[in-house]
Amino acid sequence: MSNIVEIKQLNKSFGEHHVLKDIDLQVKTGEVVVIIGASGSGKSTLIRCINGLEEYNTGTLVVDGHGLEPHGGSQKALNTIRKEVGMVFQQFNLFPHLSVRRNIMLAPMKVKGMSQAQASDSAERLLERVGIGNQADKYPNQLSGGQQQRVAIARALAMEPRLMLFDEPTSALDPEMVGEVLDVMRELAREGMTMMVVTHEMGFAREVADRVIYIHEGRIVEEGAPDQVFDTPQNERTQAFLSRVLSH
Amino acid sequence: MESTFSFNWQAAIDAIPFLLKGAPYTLMISFGGLLAGFVLGILFGLLSLNRRWYLRWPATAYIEIFRGTPILVQVLFIFYGLPDLLGGPIEPVTAAIAAIALNSGAYISEVVRGGVQSIAKGQREAGLSLGLSRTQTFWTIIWPQALRRMIPPLGNQAIVSIKDTSLFSVIGVGELVRQGQVYIANTFTAFEVYFVVAIMYLIITLSLSLLLRLFERRGINAV
Repeated sequence: MSNIVEIKQLNKSFGEHHVLKDIDLQVKTGEVVVIIGASGSGKSTLIRCINGLEEYNTGTLVVDGHGLEPHGGSQKALNTIRKEVGMVFQQFNLFPHLSVRRNIMLAPMKVKGMSQAQASDSAERLLERVGIGNQADKYPNQLSGGQQQRVAIARALAMEPRLMLFDEPTSALDPEMVGEVLDVMRELAREGMTMMVVTHEMGFAREVADRVIYIHEGRIVEEGAPDQVFDTPQNERTQAFLSRVLSH
Repeated sequence: MESTFSFNWQAAIDAIPFLLKGAPYTLMISFGGLLAGFVLGILFGLLSLNRRWYLRWPATAYIEIFRGTPILVQVLFIFYGLPDLLGGPIEPVTAAIAAIALNSGAYISEVVRGGVQSIAKGQREAGLSLGLSRTQTFWTIIWPQALRRMIPPLGNQAIVSIKDTSLFSVIGVGELVRQGQVYIANTFTAFEVYFVVAIMYLIITLSLSLLLRLFERRGINAV
Protein backbone atom coordinates (compact mmCIF):
# COMPACT_ATOMS: atom_id res chain seq x y z
CA MET A 1 0.00 0.00 0.00
CA SER A 2 1.19 3.48 -0.82
CA ASN A 3 1.30 6.44 1.48
CA ILE A 4 -1.40 9.03 0.90
CA VAL A 5 0.13 11.42 3.43
CA GLU A 6 3.85 11.91 3.88
CA ILE A 7 5.00 14.42 6.44
CA LYS A 8 8.68 14.95 7.16
CA GLN A 9 10.19 17.18 9.80
CA LEU A 10 7.23 19.54 9.77
CA ASN A 11 7.41 22.58 12.02
CA LYS A 12 4.81 25.25 12.59
CA SER A 13 4.70 28.33 14.77
CA PHE A 14 2.03 30.86 15.54
CA GLY A 15 4.33 33.83 16.09
CA GLU A 16 6.49 32.95 19.08
CA HIS A 17 4.47 29.86 19.89
CA HIS A 18 6.00 26.69 18.43
CA VAL A 19 2.91 24.47 17.90
CA LEU A 20 4.23 21.56 15.84
CA LYS A 21 7.73 20.22 16.32
CA ASP A 22 9.58 17.95 13.87
CA ILE A 23 6.49 15.98 12.92
CA ASP A 24 7.20 12.81 10.91
CA LEU A 25 4.07 10.97 9.85
CA GLN A 26 2.99 8.66 7.07
CA VAL A 27 -0.55 7.53 6.45
CA LYS A 28 -1.26 4.56 4.17
CA THR A 29 -4.24 4.39 1.86
CA GLY A 30 -7.13 2.78 3.70
CA GLU A 31 -5.63 3.39 7.12
CA VAL A 32 -7.54 4.93 10.03
CA VAL A 33 -5.28 7.09 12.17
CA VAL A 34 -6.61 8.55 15.38
CA ILE A 35 -4.75 11.46 16.93
CA ILE A 36 -5.15 12.07 20.64
CA GLY A 37 -3.69 14.60 23.02
CA ALA A 38 -4.56 17.36 25.44
CA SER A 39 -6.25 20.48 24.11
CA GLY A 40 -3.67 22.90 22.78
CA SER A 41 -1.25 20.07 22.00
CA GLY A 42 -1.34 20.87 18.26
CA LYS A 43 -3.37 17.90 17.03
CA SER A 44 -6.02 20.02 15.26
CA THR A 45 -3.34 22.24 13.77
CA LEU A 46 -1.63 19.14 12.37
CA ILE A 47 -4.62 17.93 10.40
CA ARG A 48 -5.46 21.49 9.32
CA CYS A 49 -1.99 21.67 7.74
CA ILE A 50 -2.83 18.65 5.58
CA ASN A 51 -5.49 20.49 3.58
CA GLY A 52 -3.75 23.83 3.79
CA LEU A 53 -6.11 25.56 6.21
CA GLU A 54 -2.96 26.25 8.20
CA GLU A 55 0.38 27.06 6.65
CA TYR A 56 3.46 25.41 8.09
CA ASN A 57 6.93 26.87 8.37
CA THR A 58 9.48 24.18 7.54
CA GLY A 59 9.59 20.54 6.46
CA THR A 60 7.76 18.73 3.69
CA LEU A 61 4.16 17.70 3.27
CA VAL A 62 2.98 15.51 0.40
CA VAL A 63 -0.67 14.58 0.03
CA ASP A 64 -1.58 11.98 -2.57
CA GLY A 65 1.53 12.78 -4.53
CA HIS A 66 1.00 16.54 -4.48
CA GLY A 67 3.55 18.53 -2.55
CA LEU A 68 2.25 21.39 -0.45
CA GLU A 69 4.99 23.93 0.11
CA PRO A 70 5.60 25.73 3.39
CA HIS A 71 3.79 29.08 3.72
CA GLY A 72 0.89 28.01 1.56
CA GLY A 73 2.75 27.20 -1.63
CA SER A 74 1.01 27.30 -4.99
CA GLN A 75 -2.72 27.84 -5.22
CA LYS A 76 -2.87 25.05 -7.79
CA ALA A 77 -1.44 22.39 -5.50
CA LEU A 78 -3.69 23.62 -2.73
CA ASN A 79 -6.80 23.34 -4.91
CA THR A 80 -5.86 19.87 -6.11
CA ILE A 81 -5.30 18.64 -2.58
CA ARG A 82 -8.52 20.14 -1.27
CA LYS A 83 -10.53 18.38 -3.96
CA GLU A 84 -9.16 15.07 -2.76
CA VAL A 85 -9.29 15.68 0.97
CA GLY A 86 -12.58 16.06 2.82
CA MET A 87 -12.86 17.73 6.20
CA VAL A 88 -15.38 17.57 9.02
CA PHE A 89 -15.23 20.32 11.62
CA GLN A 90 -16.04 20.44 15.30
CA GLN A 91 -18.66 23.14 14.70
CA PHE A 92 -20.13 21.43 11.58
CA ASN A 93 -19.81 24.66 9.54
CA LEU A 94 -22.84 23.88 7.41
CA PHE A 95 -23.99 26.74 5.18
CA PRO A 96 -27.03 28.15 7.01
CA HIS A 97 -28.47 29.92 3.96
CA LEU A 98 -28.68 26.70 1.92
CA SER A 99 -30.91 23.68 2.36
CA VAL A 100 -29.29 20.41 3.38
CA ARG A 101 -29.52 19.22 -0.22
CA ARG A 102 -27.89 22.43 -1.53
CA ASN A 103 -25.15 22.18 1.08
CA ILE A 104 -24.18 18.83 -0.39
CA MET A 105 -24.71 19.79 -4.05
CA LEU A 106 -22.64 22.98 -3.95
CA ALA A 107 -19.09 21.66 -4.29
CA PRO A 108 -19.78 18.87 -6.83
CA MET A 109 -21.54 21.42 -9.06
CA LYS A 110 -19.08 24.30 -8.62
CA VAL A 111 -15.86 22.34 -8.49
CA LYS A 112 -16.55 19.23 -10.56
CA GLY A 113 -19.12 20.75 -12.89
CA MET A 114 -21.67 18.08 -12.04
CA SER A 115 -25.18 18.70 -13.38
CA GLN A 116 -27.88 19.78 -10.96
CA ALA A 117 -29.90 16.60 -11.40
CA GLN A 118 -26.89 14.40 -10.89
CA ALA A 119 -25.75 16.36 -7.82
CA SER A 120 -29.22 16.19 -6.33
CA ASP A 121 -29.41 12.41 -6.81
CA SER A 122 -26.02 11.98 -5.30
CA ALA A 123 -27.00 14.21 -2.34
CA GLU A 124 -30.01 12.01 -1.65
CA ARG A 125 -27.94 8.86 -1.79
CA LEU A 126 -25.38 10.32 0.60
CA LEU A 127 -28.05 11.45 3.06
CA GLU A 128 -29.48 7.94 2.94
CA ARG A 129 -26.05 6.60 3.67
CA VAL A 130 -25.64 8.76 6.80
CA GLY A 131 -29.14 7.84 7.92
CA ILE A 132 -31.11 11.05 7.32
CA GLY A 133 -32.56 10.56 3.87
CA ASN A 134 -35.78 12.35 4.76
CA GLN A 135 -34.17 15.68 5.75
CA ALA A 136 -32.90 16.87 2.37
CA ASP A 137 -35.08 19.95 2.10
CA LYS A 138 -34.70 21.22 5.63
CA TYR A 139 -32.30 23.97 6.60
CA PRO A 140 -29.34 23.22 8.88
CA ASN A 141 -30.80 25.11 11.84
CA GLN A 142 -33.85 22.82 11.75
CA LEU A 143 -31.70 19.78 12.50
CA SER A 144 -30.17 18.47 15.73
CA GLY A 145 -26.42 18.70 16.24
CA GLY A 146 -25.94 15.02 15.45
CA GLN A 147 -27.93 15.34 12.24
CA GLN A 148 -26.00 18.46 11.25
CA GLN A 149 -22.71 16.69 11.71
CA ARG A 150 -23.93 13.77 9.60
CA VAL A 151 -24.90 16.25 6.86
CA ALA A 152 -21.38 17.70 7.13
CA ILE A 153 -19.94 14.22 6.61
CA ALA A 154 -22.22 13.67 3.61
CA ARG A 155 -21.18 17.07 2.21
CA ALA A 156 -17.50 16.12 2.41
CA LEU A 157 -18.17 12.67 0.89
CA ALA A 158 -19.94 14.27 -2.07
CA MET A 159 -16.54 15.25 -3.44
CA GLU A 160 -15.48 11.57 -3.33
CA PRO A 161 -12.39 12.34 -1.29
CA ARG A 162 -9.42 9.98 -1.04
CA LEU A 163 -8.81 11.07 2.54
CA MET A 164 -11.16 12.34 5.25
CA LEU A 165 -10.01 14.60 8.07
CA PHE A 166 -12.12 14.78 11.22
CA ASP A 167 -11.36 17.63 13.62
CA GLU A 168 -13.02 16.71 16.93
CA PRO A 169 -16.26 15.80 15.16
CA THR A 170 -18.20 14.97 18.33
CA SER A 171 -16.83 17.58 20.74
CA ALA A 172 -19.64 20.08 20.16
CA LEU A 173 -22.41 17.49 20.42
CA ASP A 174 -24.76 16.69 23.26
CA PRO A 175 -23.76 13.32 24.72
CA GLU A 176 -26.80 11.48 23.36
CA MET A 177 -25.86 12.45 19.79
CA VAL A 178 -22.24 11.35 19.86
CA GLY A 179 -23.13 7.75 19.06
CA GLU A 180 -24.96 8.42 15.81
CA VAL A 181 -22.00 10.37 14.41
CA LEU A 182 -19.46 7.77 15.52
CA ASP A 183 -21.63 5.07 13.88
CA VAL A 184 -21.36 6.84 10.54
CA MET A 185 -17.60 7.19 10.94
CA ARG A 186 -17.27 3.54 11.94
CA GLU A 187 -19.17 2.57 8.79
CA LEU A 188 -16.91 4.75 6.66
CA ALA A 189 -13.84 3.10 8.14
CA ARG A 190 -15.31 -0.32 7.43
CA GLU A 191 -15.81 0.66 3.78
CA GLY A 192 -12.11 1.36 3.55
CA MET A 193 -11.99 5.17 3.70
CA THR A 194 -8.64 6.60 4.68
CA MET A 195 -9.28 8.68 7.77
CA MET A 196 -7.39 10.93 10.15
CA VAL A 197 -9.42 11.61 13.24
CA VAL A 198 -8.68 14.03 16.06
CA THR A 199 -10.90 13.01 18.94
CA HIS A 200 -11.33 12.57 22.65
CA GLU A 201 -13.47 9.46 22.14
CA MET A 202 -11.06 6.83 23.40
CA GLY A 203 -13.55 3.98 22.93
CA PHE A 204 -13.88 4.86 19.27
CA ALA A 205 -10.11 5.14 18.92
CA ARG A 206 -9.55 1.72 20.42
CA GLU A 207 -12.21 0.09 18.28
CA VAL A 208 -11.74 1.73 14.88
CA ALA A 209 -8.16 2.97 14.67
CA ASP A 210 -5.44 1.06 12.89
CA ARG A 211 -2.98 3.35 14.57
CA VAL A 212 -3.15 5.80 17.46
CA ILE A 213 -0.88 8.81 17.72
CA TYR A 214 -0.38 10.73 20.92
CA ILE A 215 0.77 14.33 20.59
CA HIS A 216 2.21 16.20 23.52
CA GLU A 217 3.14 19.88 23.24
CA GLY A 218 3.44 19.71 19.46
CA ARG A 219 5.49 16.52 19.31
CA ILE A 220 4.48 12.97 18.48
CA VAL A 221 5.61 11.13 21.60
CA GLU A 222 3.88 7.82 21.09
CA GLU A 223 2.38 5.93 18.19
CA GLY A 224 1.24 2.39 17.57
CA ALA A 225 -1.67 -0.01 17.43
CA PRO A 226 -4.54 0.98 19.75
CA ASP A 227 -4.01 -1.93 22.16
CA GLN A 228 -0.37 -1.09 22.45
CA VAL A 229 -0.89 2.64 23.05
CA PHE A 230 -3.80 2.23 25.44
CA ASP A 231 -2.66 -0.86 27.37
CA THR A 232 1.11 -0.58 27.40
CA PRO A 233 2.05 3.04 26.68
CA GLN A 234 5.82 3.46 26.59
CA ASN A 235 6.07 7.18 27.25
CA GLU A 236 5.28 8.43 30.73
CA ARG A 237 3.44 11.45 29.28
CA THR A 238 1.12 9.13 27.40
CA GLN A 239 0.54 7.19 30.61
CA ALA A 240 -0.29 10.39 32.50
CA PHE A 241 -2.64 11.60 29.75
CA LEU A 242 -4.45 8.28 29.47
CA SER A 243 -4.89 7.93 33.20
CA ARG A 244 -6.46 11.40 33.24
CA VAL A 245 -8.90 10.80 30.39
CA LEU A 246 -9.74 7.16 31.08
CA SER A 247 -10.30 7.51 34.81
CA HIS A 248 -13.58 9.41 34.57
CA MET B 1 -45.24 88.78 24.49
CA GLU B 2 -48.44 86.81 24.43
CA SER B 3 -48.84 84.26 21.67
CA THR B 4 -52.05 84.38 19.71
CA PHE B 5 -50.91 81.64 17.36
CA SER B 6 -53.31 78.92 16.27
CA PHE B 7 -52.60 76.22 13.70
CA ASN B 8 -54.17 77.15 10.37
CA TRP B 9 -55.34 73.86 8.85
CA GLN B 10 -56.50 75.54 5.67
CA ALA B 11 -53.05 77.03 5.10
CA ALA B 12 -51.49 73.59 5.58
CA ILE B 13 -53.86 71.93 3.12
CA ASP B 14 -53.43 74.72 0.56
CA ALA B 15 -49.66 74.22 0.63
CA ILE B 16 -49.78 70.49 -0.21
CA PRO B 17 -50.00 70.66 -4.04
CA PHE B 18 -47.10 73.08 -4.27
CA LEU B 19 -44.98 71.12 -1.79
CA LEU B 20 -45.70 67.85 -3.57
CA LYS B 21 -43.88 69.18 -6.63
CA GLY B 22 -40.71 68.72 -4.56
CA ALA B 23 -41.39 65.07 -3.82
CA PRO B 24 -40.19 63.70 -7.19
CA TYR B 25 -36.85 65.48 -6.67
CA THR B 26 -36.47 64.19 -3.15
CA LEU B 27 -37.29 60.66 -4.30
CA MET B 28 -35.19 60.78 -7.43
CA ILE B 29 -32.11 62.13 -5.66
CA SER B 30 -32.52 59.62 -2.83
CA PHE B 31 -33.10 56.65 -5.09
CA GLY B 32 -30.46 57.52 -7.69
CA GLY B 33 -27.92 58.51 -5.06
CA LEU B 34 -28.47 55.42 -2.94
CA LEU B 35 -28.35 53.08 -5.91
CA ALA B 36 -24.98 54.50 -6.96
CA GLY B 37 -23.96 54.58 -3.29
CA PHE B 38 -24.72 50.88 -2.99
CA VAL B 39 -22.50 50.11 -5.98
CA LEU B 40 -19.71 52.28 -4.52
CA GLY B 41 -20.25 50.70 -1.11
CA ILE B 42 -19.88 47.16 -2.41
CA LEU B 43 -16.84 48.12 -4.46
CA PHE B 44 -14.98 50.02 -1.74
CA GLY B 45 -16.23 47.81 1.07
CA LEU B 46 -14.77 44.75 -0.62
CA LEU B 47 -11.58 46.58 -1.55
CA SER B 48 -11.16 47.60 2.08
CA LEU B 49 -11.10 43.87 2.93
CA ASN B 50 -8.52 42.99 0.31
CA ARG B 51 -5.24 41.44 1.39
CA ARG B 52 -3.30 43.72 -0.95
CA TRP B 53 -2.47 47.05 0.65
CA TYR B 54 -2.50 48.97 -2.64
CA LEU B 55 -6.17 48.07 -3.10
CA ARG B 56 -7.11 48.43 0.55
CA TRP B 57 -5.46 51.77 1.11
CA PRO B 58 -7.35 53.86 -1.51
CA ALA B 59 -10.63 52.35 -0.32
CA THR B 60 -9.88 53.30 3.26
CA ALA B 61 -8.94 56.81 2.15
CA TYR B 62 -12.24 57.21 0.27
CA ILE B 63 -14.25 55.96 3.26
CA GLU B 64 -12.47 58.22 5.74
CA ILE B 65 -12.74 61.32 3.53
CA PHE B 66 -16.45 61.04 2.79
CA ARG B 67 -17.39 59.92 6.28
CA GLY B 68 -15.24 62.54 7.91
CA THR B 69 -16.51 65.64 6.09
CA PRO B 70 -20.04 67.11 6.22
CA ILE B 71 -22.30 66.21 3.31
CA LEU B 72 -23.19 69.91 3.08
CA VAL B 73 -19.55 70.76 2.39
CA GLN B 74 -19.36 67.90 -0.10
CA VAL B 75 -22.30 69.13 -2.14
CA LEU B 76 -21.10 72.75 -2.04
CA PHE B 77 -17.71 71.56 -3.22
CA ILE B 78 -19.23 69.54 -6.06
CA PHE B 79 -21.67 72.27 -7.14
CA TYR B 80 -19.55 75.39 -6.73
CA GLY B 81 -16.01 73.99 -6.66
CA LEU B 82 -15.86 71.29 -9.30
CA PRO B 83 -17.06 73.47 -12.22
CA ASP B 84 -13.78 75.41 -11.89
CA LEU B 85 -11.97 72.16 -12.51
CA LEU B 86 -14.31 70.81 -15.17
CA GLY B 87 -14.65 74.11 -16.98
CA GLY B 88 -18.44 74.02 -17.06
CA PRO B 89 -21.40 74.14 -14.69
CA ILE B 90 -22.93 71.09 -13.03
CA GLU B 91 -26.70 70.70 -12.80
CA PRO B 92 -27.94 71.05 -9.20
CA VAL B 93 -29.71 67.66 -9.38
CA THR B 94 -26.57 65.98 -10.70
CA ALA B 95 -24.51 67.50 -7.90
CA ALA B 96 -27.13 66.36 -5.39
CA ILE B 97 -27.17 62.77 -6.64
CA ALA B 98 -23.38 62.69 -6.71
CA ALA B 99 -23.21 63.94 -3.12
CA ILE B 100 -25.65 61.30 -1.85
CA ALA B 101 -23.84 58.60 -3.83
CA LEU B 102 -20.37 59.50 -2.57
CA ASN B 103 -21.50 60.09 1.00
CA SER B 104 -23.75 57.05 1.41
CA GLY B 105 -21.17 54.98 -0.51
CA ALA B 106 -18.64 55.63 2.26
CA TYR B 107 -21.04 54.53 4.99
CA ILE B 108 -22.26 51.55 2.96
CA SER B 109 -18.63 50.47 2.47
CA GLU B 110 -18.41 50.12 6.22
CA VAL B 111 -21.71 48.23 6.32
CA VAL B 112 -20.37 45.84 3.67
CA ARG B 113 -17.08 45.37 5.50
CA GLY B 114 -18.84 44.74 8.81
CA GLY B 115 -21.32 42.35 7.20
CA VAL B 116 -18.62 40.27 5.56
CA GLN B 117 -16.45 40.23 8.67
CA SER B 118 -19.38 39.10 10.80
CA ILE B 119 -19.57 35.73 9.00
CA ALA B 120 -17.82 33.07 11.08
CA LYS B 121 -14.46 32.00 9.66
CA GLY B 122 -15.58 28.37 9.73
CA GLN B 123 -17.83 29.15 6.75
CA ARG B 124 -14.84 30.16 4.67
CA GLU B 125 -12.85 27.15 5.85
CA ALA B 126 -15.70 24.80 4.97
CA GLY B 127 -15.90 26.27 1.46
CA LEU B 128 -12.15 26.08 0.88
CA SER B 129 -11.92 22.56 2.29
CA LEU B 130 -14.52 21.43 -0.24
CA GLY B 131 -12.27 22.59 -3.04
CA LEU B 132 -14.04 25.85 -3.87
CA SER B 133 -11.72 28.66 -4.88
CA ARG B 134 -11.47 31.75 -2.71
CA THR B 135 -13.67 33.64 -5.17
CA GLN B 136 -16.31 30.90 -5.29
CA THR B 137 -16.26 30.62 -1.52
CA PHE B 138 -16.82 34.32 -1.20
CA TRP B 139 -19.67 34.73 -3.69
CA THR B 140 -21.59 31.53 -2.96
CA ILE B 141 -21.10 31.21 0.80
CA ILE B 142 -19.95 34.42 2.49
CA TRP B 143 -21.70 37.12 0.45
CA PRO B 144 -25.30 35.76 0.54
CA GLN B 145 -25.10 35.46 4.30
CA ALA B 146 -23.45 38.84 4.73
CA LEU B 147 -26.05 40.50 2.51
CA ARG B 148 -28.89 39.37 4.78
CA ARG B 149 -27.12 40.76 7.81
CA MET B 150 -26.57 44.02 5.96
CA ILE B 151 -30.27 44.73 5.40
CA PRO B 152 -30.96 46.53 8.73
CA PRO B 153 -27.92 48.85 8.57
CA LEU B 154 -28.56 49.47 4.85
CA GLY B 155 -32.12 50.51 5.67
CA ASN B 156 -30.78 52.80 8.31
CA GLN B 157 -28.40 54.42 5.82
CA ALA B 158 -31.20 54.83 3.27
CA ILE B 159 -33.27 56.75 5.80
CA VAL B 160 -30.33 58.97 6.75
CA SER B 161 -29.64 59.72 3.07
CA ILE B 162 -33.28 60.53 2.32
CA LYS B 163 -33.23 63.11 5.09
CA ASP B 164 -29.86 64.44 3.90
CA THR B 165 -31.47 65.45 0.59
CA SER B 166 -33.17 68.27 2.52
CA LEU B 167 -29.78 70.02 2.62
CA PHE B 168 -29.77 70.41 -1.15
CA SER B 169 -32.14 73.37 -0.93
CA VAL B 170 -28.88 75.36 -0.55
CA ILE B 171 -27.92 74.67 -4.15
CA GLY B 172 -31.41 75.41 -5.39
CA VAL B 173 -32.70 71.90 -6.06
CA GLY B 174 -36.50 72.09 -5.96
CA GLU B 175 -36.92 69.28 -3.41
CA LEU B 176 -39.37 69.31 -0.49
CA VAL B 177 -37.59 71.83 1.74
CA ARG B 178 -36.82 74.19 -1.11
CA GLN B 179 -40.46 74.12 -2.21
CA GLY B 180 -41.44 74.94 1.37
CA GLN B 181 -39.07 77.89 1.53
CA VAL B 182 -40.40 79.30 -1.74
CA TYR B 183 -44.00 78.87 -0.61
CA ILE B 184 -43.40 80.50 2.77
CA ALA B 185 -41.79 83.53 1.10
CA ASN B 186 -45.23 84.36 -0.27
CA THR B 187 -47.57 83.19 2.48
CA PHE B 188 -45.55 83.56 5.72
CA THR B 189 -47.10 80.35 7.06
CA ALA B 190 -43.84 78.77 8.23
CA PHE B 191 -45.33 76.64 11.01
CA GLU B 192 -47.93 74.94 8.82
CA VAL B 193 -45.67 74.48 5.80
CA TYR B 194 -42.72 72.94 7.65
CA PHE B 195 -45.18 70.75 9.51
CA VAL B 196 -46.46 69.39 6.20
CA VAL B 197 -42.90 69.03 4.88
CA ALA B 198 -41.99 67.01 7.97
CA ILE B 199 -45.02 64.75 7.48
CA MET B 200 -43.98 64.16 3.86
CA TYR B 201 -40.51 62.99 4.92
CA LEU B 202 -42.10 60.79 7.54
CA ILE B 203 -44.36 59.15 4.94
CA ILE B 204 -41.35 58.32 2.78
CA THR B 205 -39.19 57.01 5.60
CA LEU B 206 -41.97 55.02 7.27
CA SER B 207 -42.86 53.33 3.97
CA LEU B 208 -39.24 52.33 3.60
CA SER B 209 -39.07 50.99 7.18
CA LEU B 210 -42.15 48.91 6.55
CA LEU B 211 -40.78 47.52 3.30
CA LEU B 212 -37.51 46.57 4.97
CA ARG B 213 -39.28 44.84 7.81
CA LEU B 214 -41.13 42.65 5.32
CA PHE B 215 -37.85 41.97 3.57
CA GLU B 216 -36.12 40.92 6.78
CA ARG B 217 -38.89 38.55 7.72
CA ARG B 218 -38.38 36.65 4.49
CA GLY B 219 -34.81 35.87 5.46
CA ILE B 220 -36.00 33.76 8.39
CA ASN B 221 -33.54 30.95 7.82
CA ALA B 222 -30.59 33.28 7.88
CA VAL B 223 -28.37 33.13 10.92
